[in-house]
Amino acid sequence: MKARIGLEIHCQLTTLKTKLFCGCRADYRKMDPNTNVCPTCLGLPGSLPRLNGAAVKTALLIAIALGCKSPDVLSFFRKNYFYPDLPKNYQITQLDIYGPACVGHDGQIKVDDRDVRISRIQLEEDPGRIVYSGASEKNLETLVDYNRAGAPLVEIVTEPDMESPRDVRIFLNLMHDMLENIGASDASLEGAIRADANVSLEGNNKVEIKNVSSFHDLEKAVGYEIMRQTNNIENEIEIDKETRQWDEKRRITVSARSKESDTDYRYFLEHDVPWIEIGNACDMLRKDMPESIATRRQRYTAEYGISDQVAEILSSQQYFARIFESARTDENSRELANIITTDLMGLLETRQKQADSKLGSAELGRLVGAMMDKRITRTSAKSALQSMVRDGRSFDDIVRESGLGTVDDESKITELVGSVIDSEPGLVNQALASPKAVHYIMGLVMKKSSGRADPEMVRKAIESYLDSKRNDAPDQ
Amino acid sequence: MSTDLGITLAEYVRGVASGEISCEEYVVATLDRIEKHDAKLHAYVSVDADAVEAAKGVDAAVRAGRDVGALAGAPFGIKDNICMAGTRTTCCSWMLEDYVSPYDATVVDRLSGSGGIVVGKTNMDEFAMGLTTEFAAFGPSLNPWNTECVPGGSSGGSAVAVSALECIASLGSDTGGSVRNPASFCGIVGYKPTYGRLSRYGLVSYANSIEQVGIMARSVEDVGIVMNAISGEDKMDDTTRRDVRSGADHTPDHIADIDGGVEGMAVGLDVDSFDESTDVGSAVRRAADAFEAAGATVTDVHIDHGPSSVASYYVLTAAEAGSNLARYDNLRYGYDMPQEGYEYNAYISRARSRLGPEVTRRMILGGFVPSAGHAGKYYLKALKMRDALSAQVDGVFADGNLACILSPTVPVLPFKFGEKIDDPVELFRMDSNTVLANLTGRPSISVPFAMSSGLPIGVQLTGSLDSDAQLLRIANTIHASSESKGAPQL
Repeated sequence: MKARIGLEIHCQLTTLKTKLFCGCRADYRKMDPNTNVCPTCLGLPGSLPRLNGAAVKTALLIAIALGCKSPDVLSFFRKNYFYPDLPKNYQITQLDIYGPACVGHDGQIKVDDRDVRISRIQLEEDPGRIVYSGASEKNLETLVDYNRAGAPLVEIVTEPDMESPRDVRIFLNLMHDMLENIGASDASLEGAIRADANVSLEGNNKVEIKNVSSFHDLEKAVGYEIMRQTNNIENEIEIDKETRQWDEKRRITVSARSKESDTDYRYFLEHDVPWIEIGNACDMLRKDMPESIATRRQRYTAEYGISDQVAEILSSQQYFARIFESARTDENSRELANIITTDLMGLLETRQKQADSKLGSAELGRLVGAMMDKRITRTSAKSALQSMVRDGRSFDDIVRESGLGTVDDESKITELVGSVIDSEPGLVNQALASPKAVHYIMGLVMKKSSGRADPEMVRKAIESYLDSKRNDAPDQ
Repeated sequence: MSTDLGITLAEYVRGVASGEISCEEYVVATLDRIEKHDAKLHAYVSVDADAVEAAKGVDAAVRAGRDVGALAGAPFGIKDNICMAGTRTTCCSWMLEDYVSPYDATVVDRLSGSGGIVVGKTNMDEFAMGLTTEFAAFGPSLNPWNTECVPGGSSGGSAVAVSALECIASLGSDTGGSVRNPASFCGIVGYKPTYGRLSRYGLVSYANSIEQVGIMARSVEDVGIVMNAISGEDKMDDTTRRDVRSGADHTPDHIADIDGGVEGMAVGLDVDSFDESTDVGSAVRRAADAFEAAGATVTDVHIDHGPSSVASYYVLTAAEAGSNLARYDNLRYGYDMPQEGYEYNAYISRARSRLGPEVTRRMILGGFVPSAGHAGKYYLKALKMRDALSAQVDGVFADGNLACILSPTVPVLPFKFGEKIDDPVELFRMDSNTVLANLTGRPSISVPFAMSSGLPIGVQLTGSLDSDAQLLRIANTIHASSESKGAPQL
């Protein structure tokens, strides 16, 4: 039976400075509880929301990136429900039931070869955080931290167009990269992107899966849910329309609440936030829109002759794509792409490391140039790169001071080869008998030169050394 | 003490500037009067004795030749649903009995910035729901003209304070007539500006799409002076932003043309809003005559005040109240009530059961009218009614090229305590003339015009959007012909 899977993705706009409706910091992390608050985000009597225009802009960028339409006028609604993490006991969000009013609707995105439709994208405020503390279940205390309350959040809702956990994974990875690429969110921050899923099997009730902490677990939870529902149907057990939660320890979904009618949120217009006329904002934004990952990937393969695999990795991460573009020349594209994807990405795998990196793109270009001219070996390049990232020293200085330049003086290499072979007299005969030993000797020579010797010249030197030995040996 | 407390704000400001009036003496005399009469009248729920220190500062500044601002140390009463840093803002509800706001409302901030001195917070119906102050949790205010009568509401305390000379002017809030109704019952001027003219930042929300801060004073010019000091765009309230509205000038001078008269202007007489055989109705007719005498043309107009406009008003305000008051869940503010042993929702229900009867009534209504399955029949229908009413009023204004519409503020004279409190529907009807301006966002003002059986009668003028300065000019003209003069004898 075919599964139909839809997702609801909540993405914090972490790149913004302030919350959605007040001047408190959007980045609430690493702060003492209830210190990033003001009358507005605490919902104190008399306070009013003031819309953050940058949040609207960023949300529209997401809508554009997902091929959504945006209405001429945006409006906000109140979603009324009681919960301790909700300072006003309503959430300011967006709604399309009275006609399109959300930042985006009816979009579409290619996931592998499948089109996944985007129903809508809405801008809303994050609630606070509930923290349970206490020694045991019995004397549990419920604490609320409002630092997060009012943080700008975008909810992306898809149609149930995915069919497998694999589709879910690919879709989420695409979202992750896209949100980073357009500068909407730093997805690596804890809690920056959360997703819920709904799963149904042809003609049966829909089940929602909530409170899954990671994308990886969501994929597992969807897989589990498809299996559970399939089993139920095979055993003619009706599938309840319900919400289930992912139990991380047992790796199963469990029913969150019993069957109940839909909560009535008594939605109505938030009059404190005047309607926003978009005008030609979308056209303006579209002009300044960062190149999409897919376009960039295509350009890398088509124009720069980079392999599709390398282009995929390089294009999906804006930080590295930027370095690549600014250090690139018509000659160095492939070599540069390789060193970025194999060496530099390993050195700078976190955003923090990227921010701390002292590597300039011109210097990186110099390093790649030297490699291509064989003035430095791959091994030396790697070690120079480390130092450039860490200390910001210039490539030339490093080469000069630490002597990382390639040893390509023929007499020096011959000398080096001679000294290695002489140190292990048995080697010559082994090498004469088996080509494998030649590699072994090469390894020793490279090691002795600290990776600086030109490998091709070393190989030639060993060959000619062995040839001379062959000539010396009596014919048999 | 010979200080004449009955002067207008305009007279007071001139007197202070010229050194003829001592701010300290005036404020001390005001506080003395509060001390003497307010135990009975109950206009105030809290009084700030520090006001005297501020007044001394104003006198010193005058002596030193420094600017004392447009309000020059004038003593104001502020409705207790408008926040002032460091003082209690109770909304006259037990729920906020001990709530102290950490910030100033923009209107308070601007009032102080122009030299105004707040002498106290004034009484009101709980959370501004009511029109008699009988729903004030800490007891009602009394009408100074006849203490057996209600002073009107919900800004009853603000009206009583101005009328009884316990302050020179006051701020209230007007959701369905809550400034104009008590102004009419207490014989003073009460003004609700165009929606968005005064910042609502710091006004505790009840029905946020409808309500405005309002100004109460002894003359129309006084209202203009206060408007000049506190109106205009506020970055803390997006609904005051010019670009989202008509683009009209948001800070016009409200007093420059105030004596310009009404020569050649067209006034629409809302003939379906009154019965000429009543004292109130005949007063309105005389006001129309006064307009004609002043050179305006008066034409009869018809506006549908049918039950649907009041019904739509109550549906919308209840829906918004249900949401705006949801935050009073007794977790962050409220009364002492242990949480042990309650499930979350059960606790909130129990805590909220201590809200007063009118608030409870509107919360229940507010939970119902926008709910799934009922929104179409009530909430959405009310929204349509509101749009239809707006269109209808626009049409009436356009057809007659009207400068304003004239009607009674309240259809009846001030009535006795207890007379109508048990009949909420009858009470709702008292709003039938005033809600129009709230539902359509228009500016509207009640001017004391006549007296009957020792009780004041106010007439109401409603203008078109953003015509506030012109409306004050028209109101000033009619106030000059007012048959009602002076303050009540206490």
